[in-house]
Amino acid sequence: MNARVLAPVAVPSLQHKMEGRSLFSVALSGLAWVCALLASVPLLSVLYLLITRGGARLSMEVLTELPPAGFEMGGGFGNALAGTFVMVGIAALIAIPVGIMAAIFLAELGPSSKMANIARFSAKTLTGLPSILAGVFAYAIVVLTTGTYSAPAGGVALAVLMLPIVVLTAEEAIKMVPKIMKDAAYGMGCTRSQVIWKVILPTGLPAILTGVMLAVARAAGETAPLLFTALFSNYWLYQDGKLDLMNPTASLAVLIYNFSGMPFENQIELAWAASLVLVLIVLVINVVSRYFGRQKF
Amino acid sequence: MNQPFIPPPGNHSVCQPPTSTEFVLDRCFRALARFGVFVILALVFALIFVIGEKAIPGMQKYGLDVITGSVWDPNQHLYGILPAIWGTLYSSLMALLIGGFFGIMMAIFLTQDFLPARLAAVFRTIVELLAAIPSVVYGLWGIFFVIPAIRPLADWLHQSFDWVPFFSTSLSGPGLLPAALVLAIMILPTIAAVSQDALRAVPLKTKQAAYGLGTTHWEAILKVMVPTASTGIFGALVLGLGRALGETMALAMLVGNSNQISLSLFSPANTLAAVLALNFPEAGPTEVEVLMYAALVLMAITLTVNIIGSMIMLMSNRGAKS
Repeated sequence: MNARVLAPVAVPSLQHKMEGRSLFSVALSGLAWVCALLASVPLLSVLYLLITRGGARLSMEVLTELPPAGFEMGGGFGNALAGTFVMVGIAALIAIPVGIMAAIFLAELGPSSKMANIARFSAKTLTGLPSILAGVFAYAIVVLTTGTYSAPAGGVALAVLMLPIVVLTAEEAIKMVPKIMKDAAYGMGCTRSQVIWKVILPTGLPAILTGVMLAVARAAGETAPLLFTALFSNYWLYQDGKLDLMNPTASLAVLIYNFSGMPFENQIELAWAASLVLVLIVLVINVVSRYFGRQKF
Repeated sequence: MNQPFIPPPGNHSVCQPPTSTEFVLDRCFRALARFGVFVILALVFALIFVIGEKAIPGMQKYGLDVITGSVWDPNQHLYGILPAIWGTLYSSLMALLIGGFFGIMMAIFLTQDFLPARLAAVFRTIVELLAAIPSVVYGLWGIFFVIPAIRPLADWLHQSFDWVPFFSTSLSGPGLLPAALVLAIMILPTIAAVSQDALRAVPLKTKQAAYGLGTTHWEAILKVMVPTASTGIFGALVLGLGRALGETMALAMLVGNSNQISLSLFSPANTLAAVLALNFPEAGPTEVEVLMYAALVLMAITLTVNIIGSMIMLMSNRGAKS
């Protein structure tokens, strides 16, 4: 009887207390929405400016011609586009084979060996390496040795940045290959490398490709490591009928940096157009890699 | 292996022991894989050794004067990077404050049942694409969008509150605040991604227990989920700080490259990475020695922060498993 009398008194006070807490909760949810929307503004703003300012200037001419000098009108960044492809290509040739080999060891051959643990930790730390230090490194070992700024120097700098990404993503990819598939192959008398070549790599390929493409996308957008390894050039790598890589090489990223500080409207327009092209390349690689990544065994 | 299968006489099994060629190939391949790992380890040592070795002449010539000096004038052989160290730390911490807040909010927003799965995927893609945009493009965007956009606010703050040290100078163009803002956007994806993983690793039971005790949505988040994931979130912040300290292009384009130590958010400043980016391309042999020294200082700072971050992540992963 007593409990029945007390209950109506106790319940409203509890109700009252809940309201303050609930209000606080609703207010914070509102704040979370505001934060999420604010955080999306930069991306939309960047894309909008790239499309309006860069898109206005984009044309076939821009993609194939050489950069203009000071007061010149017109021109383009064909050599920078080519230079970016060449240097990312060199970096990929170095980083991908080494990276996948290392990943095979880390995931399959000796996953918990001391060497593997140290290497994994090193790779994780290397992903946080400031990109400019990769440039300093390549400057010290390639530019100072060969005595010239060159495409291979830029390629080495980019490879240093690509390698840890390739290793870590490929390791995860290889680990995802189901154990039964490997066991079946071992059961048939395959050696470990046969299992790796004929079972693990083909099965893990889509996921490995995802990592490789992410690494390529990152390398394509890097500027700092190229500033003083490849420098910049107003000419083509392929000149007078011969391809000479041991010369300063233009790249889209460095072109954007150089032109953004110039007082000429034409150069700034070109910087925006080059940014649009660069972002398109990077985003397309990202989207394609997502497509590969979504495929499951 | 690729030859058509002919059952050998007597032994009617698909299975057979590896031939000696296969055995040799296997060993070669394994050695090759080991070599790949060796390259990673060698790379880390080479990075430290090569930059360290090239920095030695500069260290012998100028000693600690480089770190404590505040004037950079190659003509007088004065090389001081103290303002750059100050600018690096100041801009990174500012960026961490802003980017950390938004990054963690984003992580909570994406993992704590605020959105239907499809909408969450949209926001997740936005954050991932933020990370994909090259830093030089952010720099360009900063010059032509962020600086003009924040100028009215900066002018108003400077005129109304110029007694506050943070607002003591006017924003003349490039400066610390635009640099820190762009930097914050650049580290947001790292912080959001790593914090999301940490929050997702919290067992569902923990959340259910909190709700069972009658908590509101945000009480569960702030008093149960975030504290449980705190090691991982802290690791995310440290890794974000590591990114911010080493970021180069956006800062070289936005920070103003002026060697001064000031608390003001609107004054131009300098950072270590920007000093390297601006001076390396035209450096003579003497300057290269000092720049290598500066690179070594930058490497020491970022490696320390990153190693601490990686160790915290290792600890939090171990905690989640046990």
